[in-house]
Amino acid sequence: MLRIVVIRLIQAIPVLLLIAVMAFILMHLIPGDPAVVIAGADAGPAAVERIRHELGLDRPILEQLLNWLVNLGTGDFGRSLVLNQTVLSAVGERLPVTMSLAMLSLAITLPIGVFLGILAAYFRGSWIDAAVMTLALVGVSVPAFWIGILSVILFSVTLGWFPSAGYAPLLADGPGAWLSSLIQPAFILSLFQIGFLARMTRSGMLDVLDQDFIRTARAKGVSEWRTVGRHAFRNALVGVVTVAGIILSLLIGGSVVIEQVFALPGIGRLVVQAILARDYPLIQGTMLLFGFAFVVINICVDLIYLWVDPRVRYD
Amino acid sequence: MTRVPLLSVENLTVQFRGDRGWVTAIEDVSFEIGAGENLGIVGESGSGKSVSALSILRLHGRANTRYASGAIRFGGRDLLSMSERELRKVRGGDIAMIFQDPMSSLNPVLTVAEQIIEPLQLHQGLSAAAARRRAIELLEMVRIADAGRRIDEYPHRLSGGMRQRVMIAIAIACQPKLLIADEPTTALDVTIQGQILELLRDLQREIGMSVVLITHDLGVIAEFAQRVLVMYAGRVIEQAPVAALFDRPMHPYTDGLIDAVPKLEGDLHRLTTIPGNIPDLATVIPGCRFNPRCREAKDACRRDPPALLPVGPDHLSRCPPRAAAGGAV
Repeated sequence: MLRIVVIRLIQAIPVLLLIAVMAFILMHLIPGDPAVVIAGADAGPAAVERIRHELGLDRPILEQLLNWLVNLGTGDFGRSLVLNQTVLSAVGERLPVTMSLAMLSLAITLPIGVFLGILAAYFRGSWIDAAVMTLALVGVSVPAFWIGILSVILFSVTLGWFPSAGYAPLLADGPGAWLSSLIQPAFILSLFQIGFLARMTRSGMLDVLDQDFIRTARAKGVSEWRTVGRHAFRNALVGVVTVAGIILSLLIGGSVVIEQVFALPGIGRLVVQAILARDYPLIQGTMLLFGFAFVVINICVDLIYLWVDPRVRYD
Repeated sequence: MTRVPLLSVENLTVQFRGDRGWVTAIEDVSFEIGAGENLGIVGESGSGKSVSALSILRLHGRANTRYASGAIRFGGRDLLSMSERELRKVRGGDIAMIFQDPMSSLNPVLTVAEQIIEPLQLHQGLSAAAARRRAIELLEMVRIADAGRRIDEYPHRLSGGMRQRVMIAIAIACQPKLLIADEPTTALDVTIQGQILELLRDLQREIGMSVVLITHDLGVIAEFAQRVLVMYAGRVIEQAPVAALFDRPMHPYTDGLIDAVPKLEGDLHRLTTIPGNIPDLATVIPGCRFNPRCREAKDACRRDPPALLPVGPDHLSRCPPRAAAGGAV
């Protein structure tokens, strides 16, 4: 098991390098100049040129890329051009917000999505199936910002149950405030994910429920509840884990819109600000972080496969 | 027949929901099986033999199946009118079943132990440790070598023959009175087939159970069954003790089936076949359902549905005895 983790991490190095190079090239291809942004609208060409020189942006692109990569090798992600802090500290400050939101949202999504998917598959073709699938479709298609705004109007403005914006850190403000600052955005994020997960669980379960071993379980006198929960779901679990991994990756990538609506200082907002300001080191740093998060999540998913499916374990 | 049957299927009609409404899969099927008896059900694919077998424990998908008429009596009760809860006690308890494809009939993510222990705990309320001990005994009974180690394997690590042995171990776990074996050897190598049949016969003697064996292989029937039911297009067309069936087949279809068995003498290059195919469930055929393929069909056969009538001792056929001269082809 440890061997697998190590191998997968080593395999991830070229992937991360590729992400780094791609992020660098893509950002420099986009028109726009951080020096202009920093200097401000009224600055003359000389001032812009001076800032450009200070930031090292006047050097050849290849040299900039190599410099950045070499620094990365020593663990130096560089400094943000706009914010007065290093990339690591900028990301580090916002990561807990995004991670809290992602984890809470996943915790809401998994039980509900899986349950609805199983229900729909078991009662395939009935009104229950139709209702769940309609709900899933609505969840996937309705824009999050719209639901977000409506939700704020109802739960924050009218009922006053939850704050309408802002983040209360877990350690500083305690779990109650933390939870109430996140529950609304997390739930709205989950609407989409639940729809996605319910659909995938349903189709996985439909495949399994048609298998011969389900008939064997019934022929043994196993109850329907146990047949579905133990014999069928254990087999559909591989698909569910895959989807859960994808969902978590999406969530960590930052939920730009929801963070905006609820004014949460998370990674999503940071990335948008960085892109608007052409803050190269910060954008590249967060891209690498996303890449790394994907790699780690994939390794976790693979490890869970080992536990879930004995056929994978022996290969 | 004065014996009290263990199981009796009476005038069973089963329908499935298709794209164009309900179609009848088996119609007016009746048979009984005595304690300790071996009944073979034989027929082509689509003849309704597996449908009949699965109907005994009501294992068809609930939403798309209708047990339109008839009764299945077992121990004085009608399995068709039982509640699901009562039926679950019969399934895997008094009546157990094994299936055609041992590759797909075992759950790939559960160990052999988990799958054998399940019915033991459900029906006999054994503790985990006692159930495990019993499971190892069962694996030894079905002659799996090194049972103590094999029991913790997953199905994909076992060969086809071994998996079928595991299926049998699961089926006999609670010492059923009746074992329904739906084409238990079809998916296996010929040599393994023989071993599995022998195993079934030995276990039957040890446990004293009755066996319903479904197969399309007359060789298997000849070897295993005491009485035989021949099915065609959802109906029983002939029923006889095994010797009588092979010596004096009354129905031209049975005749054809026996002729179609490859032989080791005579013309070795040509296999005899029954021309045509078994009709689709939805096709309506007036008269005898076999008449379009029958060499001996007469006008009456195309007009009147024949009844299953006695033609000899313990021998029923839907085709009346043919005249001695023109009879046996």
